[in-house]
Amino acid sequence: MAALLEQYEQIVGTDVIDQLRQLARLLDGKRIIHINSTKAGGGVAEILHRIIPLKKELGIDTTWETITGDSDFFQCTKLMHNTLQGNRFDIPDYLLRHYEVVNRENADRLRGLLEDADVVFIHDPQPAAMIENLPARKGKWIWRCHIDVSSPYRPVWKYLRDFVRGYDASVWSLSEFAQRLPHPMYLIPPSIDPLSDKNIDLGPEELDKAYTRWDLDPERPVITQISRFDRFKDPLGVVRAYRLVKEFTPVQLILAGGGATDDPEGEEVFNEVKTSAGDDPDVHILLLPPDDNLTINALQRISDIILQKSTREGFGLTVTEALWKGKPVIGGDTGGIRLQVVNHHTGFLVNTPEGAALRIRYLLKRRERLEEMGQKAREFVRENFLITRHLREYLTLIFAVANETQDRIELL
Amino acid sequence: MVEPFSVRDCALIAIATGQYAFTLAELRDRLEIIPPSCIYYHFWGGLLRPKFDNPEYQNDFAIWVYQGLRDKPLAERMALIDPSKYHDIEDLRGELIDILEERIDESELLPWIKASQRFYFVRSQTVVFDTRMRLDTPEMLGEHIPHMSLGSVFYHFIDARRRPPWGRDDFSHWVSGFGEDYAELAEQISQIDPYFISLVELRDELTHVFTVHVPAGGA
Repeated sequence: MAALLEQYEQIVGTDVIDQLRQLARLLDGKRIIHINSTKAGGGVAEILHRIIPLKKELGIDTTWETITGDSDFFQCTKLMHNTLQGNRFDIPDYLLRHYEVVNRENADRLRGLLEDADVVFIHDPQPAAMIENLPARKGKWIWRCHIDVSSPYRPVWKYLRDFVRGYDASVWSLSEFAQRLPHPMYLIPPSIDPLSDKNIDLGPEELDKAYTRWDLDPERPVITQISRFDRFKDPLGVVRAYRLVKEFTPVQLILAGGGATDDPEGEEVFNEVKTSAGDDPDVHILLLPPDDNLTINALQRISDIILQKSTREGFGLTVTEALWKGKPVIGGDTGGIRLQVVNHHTGFLVNTPEGAALRIRYLLKRRERLEEMGQKAREFVRENFLITRHLREYLTLIFAVANETQDRIELL
Repeated sequence: MVEPFSVRDCALIAIATGQYAFTLAELRDRLEIIPPSCIYYHFWGGLLRPKFDNPEYQNDFAIWVYQGLRDKPLAERMALIDPSKYHDIEDLRGELIDILEERIDESELLPWIKASQRFYFVRSQTVVFDTRMRLDTPEMLGEHIPHMSLGSVFYHFIDARRRPPWGRDDFSHWVSGFGEDYAELAEQISQIDPYFISLVELRDELTHVFTVHVPAGGA
């Protein structure tokens, strides 16, 4: 079943796929496991949904497991997520103890699998404490941090650090995020999958359906932010930017996001945004199921401009998705958005709703610039942020971790 | 008899060092102690990681000095350093520090101006592997180059300069073993300046040189 690799080859070229095959060949006999907290919702699950089948098609022995937890556990990990991104508050002790219990239970459940694996990737803080309960592990353990930890609330980072320091290596999306740890800290930006429902090409009929389904006017421009309803994504700032633009030019706003099973705060923020938008018929606030990827794809494609006005952002895969669809992005000047939005080339970096409004007006007026930036955006993603590059770096990492003291590792 | 050309490939992975600089004084101090792989990464790593078009300055130090400190004179001087001229990374480090100190001496204030963003020192590990492909003649090499991975192009053309025979790319070195008929081809390959182009452009230039300069008749 070589179909998947052949499809990627059409997009990225034969040389890129050949290189993956070469690297995979060298991993023959190694067993690799990925662990995270959910298979639905969020960028981590999306990436794993594609990386795992690709690895398998390359002949690599790979599995993906998720940990299980109750609402207290996910409440705790959500607090962890927010505080690691900079919110300053303490997590109650009873929640931290519960976090450890749930990690211990999951370690017991997966013990056989994890102790025998050659390489274990643990994604984000949720399963990070499992390592403490598996002293007989034989493989290399790598903690993959997908979030922006550039200015964490120190007491929470110190708590988590006690678990993370036991790993053989960690992986961060940007050097700004990497915290001091006694092991190699690799830098790997994430990626998108051009063949997934969220990114695959759609025909004009499917786009027309989106206009009808969401009661949008095809004659007026559409600006869109796709993201979870999360304060760090600043959806209220987006509504304000929209209002500032609407004073000058007709425009429609879509704020659409899926919930994730590990995000209990989403509903609260969703209601705040609803209140802020009031009864404006041109503001469309959509709470989508986490797996409604074709809808998200269509919404991005019918948009003229995509916004990602985050005040904190790990990497911002919604930015990558938009750029891949040839849409300029107006994004918050933070985290991984900086790596993707190149001012005047693939979009604009902004710091305020006013800044976002100004750039929206500029692009809606200067249509030729909008088109030109969209084309550059797509090529930028093709060369740098597709899943094939991400997979190559994961495979390279496995050799690097096994030879961490060498600058040059010769597998000849 | 010349040995067949062994096509190798490489992948470079970046590692955060946890070291950063906010001022020129800090940059100079860190430059003294960071590992050689860090210098290598900030000069050559840009070829193998995301960047847009051709940045105004070709190495990370010059880019930060310009973007973070807005010190154009220093950025220009740093950008002029061509890493391919330095066979020993310690010589490259020395040149960088010399230029930095020269600039620092020009003003008492300069070393202490805080940049708008930090410079993060990153090092790299390179994983080299054998593609098992063997090419017997320069003609076969020329035919294969358009299909080479960018990792192979990097390994044989850029990375080769820090391996024996020092300062030379693998392609021209190997082709020169085929005698006088191929001397022009070897010379043209070695004339390609890889510093201001992307790896895709480098592969295209190599393809062009082989197309034009492989002598009729073959090896």
